[in-house]
Amino acid sequence: MQNNILNRVKRILILREISSFIMVFVVILVFFIISPLFLSKENIGVILEIIPELGIVALGVTMLLVSGEIDLSLGSVFCFCPIILASLIEKGMSFPLSFIISLLLGIGIGYINGFITITFAIPSFITTLGTMLVWRGGVLLLTGGWPPFFPSGIPTWFLVGSVGILRMSLFWYAGLTVLMWFILERTDFGNWMFSTGGNPVAARAMGVDTGRVKMACFMICSLLAGFAGIIQSFRLEATLPSMGTGLEMDAIAASVIGGTSLAGGMGTVIGTTIGSFVIRFIDNGLVMARAPSYWFRVFIGIVTIFAVIFNTYLRERTKRFRC
Amino acid sequence: MDRSGFLVEMKNINKWFGGVCALKNVNFSVGYDEIVGLLGDNGAGKSTLIKILSGFYPPDEGSIFFEGKEQHFTSPRDARNLGIETIYQEAAMIPKMSILRNIFVGRELNKVNLGVVRYLDIPRMEVESTRALDGVDLRLRSPHALVDELSGGQRQGVAIARAMYFKSKLVILDEPTNNLSVKESAKVLQFIRDLKSLGISSIFISHNLYHVYPVADRIVVLSHGSKIGDFKKEETSIEEITKLMVLP
Repeated sequence: MQNNILNRVKRILILREISSFIMVFVVILVFFIISPLFLSKENIGVILEIIPELGIVALGVTMLLVSGEIDLSLGSVFCFCPIILASLIEKGMSFPLSFIISLLLGIGIGYINGFITITFAIPSFITTLGTMLVWRGGVLLLTGGWPPFFPSGIPTWFLVGSVGILRMSLFWYAGLTVLMWFILERTDFGNWMFSTGGNPVAARAMGVDTGRVKMACFMICSLLAGFAGIIQSFRLEATLPSMGTGLEMDAIAASVIGGTSLAGGMGTVIGTTIGSFVIRFIDNGLVMARAPSYWFRVFIGIVTIFAVIFNTYLRERTKRFRC
Repeated sequence: MDRSGFLVEMKNINKWFGGVCALKNVNFSVGYDEIVGLLGDNGAGKSTLIKILSGFYPPDEGSIFFEGKEQHFTSPRDARNLGIETIYQEAAMIPKMSILRNIFVGRELNKVNLGVVRYLDIPRMEVESTRALDGVDLRLRSPHALVDELSGGQRQGVAIARAMYFKSKLVILDEPTNNLSVKESAKVLQFIRDLKSLGISSIFISHNLYHVYPVADRIVVLSHGSKIGDFKKEETSIEEITKLMVLP
């Protein structure tokens, strides 16, 4: 009997997402103690309204990190895609067509990142550091630094329309989370992603085309960043040339808080989702606690470092549990 | 099937890297149900020969016959599809993945296969991997444990179980006893004998003669890209091979 309980505790402790679960619980508890309004229906509505934008980007980053690469350009893509969408509509193109073109553009940007990284065998950190500047520069060139006119009369409802206190974007986020979980955990491709990131030499020896796997992940990552950017521009009904600045860091932080390894081969969709919530909770909780908003980055920084230390510690602990 | 000839024959293999000759007119063969020890110092050309045989790169000259038919491998996948399984020292496993996923990576079992979307059949992979591991008498906690938690010898065991499960005909082991304790080395040597009893030939690469000698049926020695010795075990002795290997 006692053994049974011990086994159950062990099984929970070896869950890969355990540390992020604990962390989100602590964050909620702390902010709830500081301000009970943190868990009010209205405030939760506010959090759920903005979570998809970070959350969707973080999903893409996780896919890429698992396959052993990184993308710093997604904050720029997050801005570039909606700007192109707005400009195409302004030029008189129909909404569905311009929407599809701007998403294809996202995929194309991912392809370019992957192509450069794989063909010239350079670190994706460098490739995407470069493309981050290129696409942000592109945005500034296209707009002259001024927010372009946001087209009126486009059907923004299917992405950001209200459903009760929620928005449609939350359902897109939920759907994409399930989809990414399925790909990562339940398909051949997910298995190839883990192997590509975990040990590329072994993966190749086992017949996995690691180049193609990485390429696909680059494209997924950029596509999701562009899609999330369009969601934000629809929610704000504006396309600001500064949108998504620094977002790559928040997204990577969300992924890392959720247990994803920057070395590749390790990461979970559930953990990443929790990580995104942790970041949004801190952001919102600091406002509720009436702390100056400058504290946001300080806290995210501390939490990220703490999360990795905690994750590493737990992993070592559970290893001993198992033997 | 005729099992009197050779399973693998590599004839007059030449390979250059830049201006350096890595292999010079090497003839190498493996019979059916045979364990061949491939010996040589670092840089003797063992890895190059094996990488050619496992499809990593083609030879510049020479030909490869497998079960009597000439083969031109364009990728490791080609070699694997024929039943040549290579177990590299450090690169055999993906440490952060479960045993189950490691066994099936690149050859997953599917419940639904729509080409693009291939849904993993995890329950079946569980059953099959447990059966595969029983085949090499590895008592592991669960096929869901991470390879990271296994000892070096257990990892070799999993890799060999994988080769058995996929009905390989030839298993190439690259320095399988490196960094292993005496007890674990003995276990790995037993795995190699198990392979033979299942009718699977193997090539055992090492620079340690004392690991190769007890299990090998034949011993091939490479030095500076050439074959300098090829003996049936009955016809040689540890002393003779040692003398050959330490020659300049």
